[in-house]
Amino acid sequence: MADTRSRLSSVRTPATTGTAVLDVRDLRTQFFTDAGIVRAVDGVTFSVAAGETLGIVGESGSGKSVTALSLMRLLDEPARIVGGEVRFQGRDVLAMNPDELRALRGDGVAMVFQDPMTSLNPVLRIARQLVETMRAHGRFSDEQATARAISLLGRMGITAPERAINSYPHQFSGGMRQRVMLAMGFSNEPALLIADEPTTALDVTIQAQILDLIVELNRDFGAAIILISHALGVIANVCRRVIVMYAGEVVEEGPTEQVLADPRHPYTWALINAVPRIDRHLPGTRRLTTIEGAPPDPLGIPSGCRFAPRCPFRIAKCDEHPALLDLAPGRKARCWVTQSGEPLPPPMAAQTATAVSTAVPKPSETAIAEPLLKVRGLVKHFPLPRDGLFGPKKVVRAVGGVDLDVIEGETVGVVGESGCGKSTFARLVVRIHEPTAGSIRFAGQEIADASAAVIRPLRRRMQMVFQDPYASLNPRMTVGDILSEPIRFHGLTESARETAERVEELLAAVGLNPKMAIRYPHEFSGGQRQRISIARALALKPEFIIADEPISSLDVNIQAQIINLLIDLQERFRLTYLFIAHDLAVVRHISDRIAVFYLGKVMEIAPAEDLFKASLHPYTRYLISAVPIPDADAERSRARLPLAGEPPSAIDPPSGCCFRTRCPIAKPICAEVTPPLAMLRSDHLAACHFPGQF
Amino acid sequence: MSRYILSRLVLAVVMALLATLVIFLLANTVPGDPVLAQLGDLAASNKEFVAEWRAKWGLDLPLWQRYVIFLQQLLHGDLGISISSQRPVLQDIRDFAPATLELASIAFLLSLVVGIPLGIMAAMRRDSWIDHLARLISLIGVSSPTFWLAFIMLALFYGGLQIAPGPGRIDAIALPPTSVTGLYLIDSALGGDWDTFRDAAAHLVLPSIVLAAATLGLITRTTRASMLESMQQDYVRVARAKGIRERRIVIGHILPNALIPVVTLGGLAYANLLTGAVLTETIFSWPGLGRYTFRSAVTLDFPAIMGITLIVAVVYLFINLLIDISYALLDPRVVR
Ligand SMILES: Nc1ncnc2c1ncn2[C@@H]1O[C@H](COP(=O)(O)OP(=O)(O)OP(=O)(O)O)[C@@H](O)[C@H]1O
Ligand code: SF4
Ligand code: SF4
Ligand SMILES: [Mg+2]
Repeated sequence: MADTRSRLSSVRTPATTGTAVLDVRDLRTQFFTDAGIVRAVDGVTFSVAAGETLGIVGESGSGKSVTALSLMRLLDEPARIVGGEVRFQGRDVLAMNPDELRALRGDGVAMVFQDPMTSLNPVLRIARQLVETMRAHGRFSDEQATARAISLLGRMGITAPERAINSYPHQFSGGMRQRVMLAMGFSNEPALLIADEPTTALDVTIQAQILDLIVELNRDFGAAIILISHALGVIANVCRRVIVMYAGEVVEEGPTEQVLADPRHPYTWALINAVPRIDRHLPGTRRLTTIEGAPPDPLGIPSGCRFAPRCPFRIAKCDEHPALLDLAPGRKARCWVTQSGEPLPPPMAAQTATAVSTAVPKPSETAIAEPLLKVRGLVKHFPLPRDGLFGPKKVVRAVGGVDLDVIEGETVGVVGESGCGKSTFARLVVRIHEPTAGSIRFAGQEIADASAAVIRPLRRRMQMVFQDPYASLNPRMTVGDILSEPIRFHGLTESARETAERVEELLAAVGLNPKMAIRYPHEFSGGQRQRISIARALALKPEFIIADEPISSLDVNIQAQIINLLIDLQERFRLTYLFIAHDLAVVRHISDRIAVFYLGKVMEIAPAEDLFKASLHPYTRYLISAVPIPDADAERSRARLPLAGEPPSAIDPPSGCCFRTRCPIAKPICAEVTPPLAMLRSDHLAACHFPGQF
Repeated sequence: MSRYILSRLVLAVVMALLATLVIFLLANTVPGDPVLAQLGDLAASNKEFVAEWRAKWGLDLPLWQRYVIFLQQLLHGDLGISISSQRPVLQDIRDFAPATLELASIAFLLSLVVGIPLGIMAAMRRDSWIDHLARLISLIGVSSPTFWLAFIMLALFYGGLQIAPGPGRIDAIALPPTSVTGLYLIDSALGGDWDTFRDAAAHLVLPSIVLAAATLGLITRTTRASMLESMQQDYVRVARAKGIRERRIVIGHILPNALIPVVTLGGLAYANLLTGAVLTETIFSWPGLGRYTFRSAVTLDFPAIMGITLIVAVVYLFINLLIDISYALLDPRVVR
């Protein structure tokens, strides 16, 4: 045991400091598909020094994962590495025979994947999966490996590791499984750990825990780290250096803080501008700076600069393909404009000034009026299947007594971690779900227990937009049919012609070409499909739109486009929004007021700016502090509050204040008396016995 | 775990009770008058004789009374008297069951022993000769009609090459082994009578191949598909990234997941083999339940039909119970 301990914390000293553990040159990986050759990774060059942290960022399909898998030659047919060089500690990985390769994998180089839910074998105990990793490389005997597995799990922050090790994966949450994956990754003390989107599937507070852990492990074990992510904030958190990928190429490389502060490639520039930041003042207009369009079709990559079709700085020369050149020490970019010495405008300064500036009525002006939506004491319990025939009857308390007002013309954001009841709440409001108890008044009318006949006319006035634009559109209907169906169903038009005109109008309103009405959903990209869903929601000229994670499955640039669209539509049609998302920065950006959910209850409601500047509830403080900021300096200077543990189960929530099991200032009273949601400042409500004392 | 098993057990008993009701109702509402079928034209034209016959077999009582009597008798292990053989149905079944059990079990083992490895190899060497062979075998197995397959086999190996014995469980002139279990292979082995053992084994070859064909095809196909699916899973890529040997990945990671659906299919297939060998048994003059069923059906021998159906239902329920239990053993996610 003592031996294992010392091994655990021993830092493997790099042979010669500063030399590269990994050297990748002109790597080319292609998929030989029936439709043609996809050049997924097309001449990628980079290197990682011993103990270094390198980030790879880029949007979906840019080739990040394929690059990572190519490094360990983990790709199957039809993918083939067709050229280039991968050297690990000087050895040529692409020339290794299967035995050498096997000896390298999991030993010198380890990998952690995106989805912890599917990365562990469901039918094998954790112990077995950890031990076999160590046994496979013959470093430890069975007993040593088991002892080491337990101490590694403990090191990764799993409580009672002796017990945990005998569990099966399904008994663990996503965050715990990712800890197990990290334990596995570090079990043979690799010189390099590749983590492909290790926190994308996790909640923001759990993400913060895992990222902190990765930073610590890099420091304690001395392993170099390649962190792949689509989120600049995550990279800024962990990595000293970053490379930016676009359409299979590296378009920029440099120290993270320099790249974020002063991007030298227009794509990086666009990425940085597209994400709202919680540490910036809200600009006068809420529109984000975006670039139009989507990444190129992998089968039809432009011959010149691959970013040219979307680039706002394009010049004539961009018809030729630029090379990745040094611009300054340690800084490279693949762009004709910046290579000629032209600077890009400073981030956030440029605003595409197309915003229509009709002032949205602010809540304070209309606060006297009856709110458009008034929810009181809303409860929803889902019965669980019994555990066998004789098991006790259990329910999931998905929503446990929610009070919320939405005033006409405003946007109320709802945030919270997965499972906190956000979506259930949305579905209750539109009466997709039947409430268990409570009252929902929409436009002055009680709808919590109203019959379908009463609700039907109201449905027209409130519409929902869902997260998954793929699942929510019928693949067998043309876009025209999808949009005209609700119009005809509610008899809003007199003639077929009028309907067609309305469909064209809708498509134009969401920024799509009206001629696209004859196409089917699969012919559109994710962002375009979400535009179609929004058009469908608008078809009945509603006043109130409930959007449940409408942008979560989209890339940041497309996210920004959709946010802008929602803002424009709100101004144009005087819409009221209930906007549900887990991304705090986005919610802050778009919302007038924000409600923070935890375990089916509202913890705090406040105007957006207020909530971020002066939150009163401890949970809100944690949540805000967990959001990664895409700015290396800001990340470093900011004190991070580590929220330990995971949300308790909604089947058996804690008594009193439901946050008390994770609250650092919990007192005995918190277990006994449920704190009411009380107005503590003007327009600022919180449910805590000791508000603002944390 | 034990609670899970208990609840499955209770469920099985409830289902069995339901089955008795359904069976009883079905048997008693089927068109066709069993009396007329039993008596022949001459006796059936005699009204008095028919009434007497009805009273004797209780066919004149109201339906619910007949069900209560049926249940009471069941509890005493009494499945009634077969109308055509005039013997207790249970005894008939006891005589016919071993032949079927023996044939079905050999056929089942055959399809497992061949089908699972074949499916595994086909999946691992996709599009190689072995994959094509597996596909051919499962295609033939699943799609060729039993009587056709039996005819080809008999014509080829018995009639033509004369290397296989003809129909029946043993040679017509040989004596069956002393009955202990009724299974000839086991009985002859117990008595040390190896000549009879060989004879019985040889007689099993053709019918068990014919009976196994469809099951073998299904098992091969399912194993292959489920292997392919498991091989696609993330955890396999993770195992590879950990540097686990390819053989260990297949045995330790892919197989335990891939075999889960095969267990369900295998269990149901066995139940099918046990209860659905009518055609094979008829062609091979196999004195099993299938033939007994067939005979009872054409003579509308209601007590026998009810008895057999009940046995079939119990076999299905029992095997289902076994499937559920092995599921829980194989897949930790089943039991919380
Ligand atoms: N199995 C496959 N067959 C064909 N093309 C593929 C396959 N897998 C990936 N690709 C293509 O390879 C390119 C790069 O994909 P890759 O998965 O590396 O992107 P990524 O940057 O990791 O994206 P994400 O952020 O979505 O994970 C894309 O054009 C993708 O369509
Ligand atoms: S090379 Fe031209 S098109 Fe490409 S990124 Fe630079 S300016 Fe834009
Ligand atoms: S009520 Fe108590 S436990 Fe709950 S958040 Fe406030 S201080 Fe923490
Ligand atoms: Mg990826």
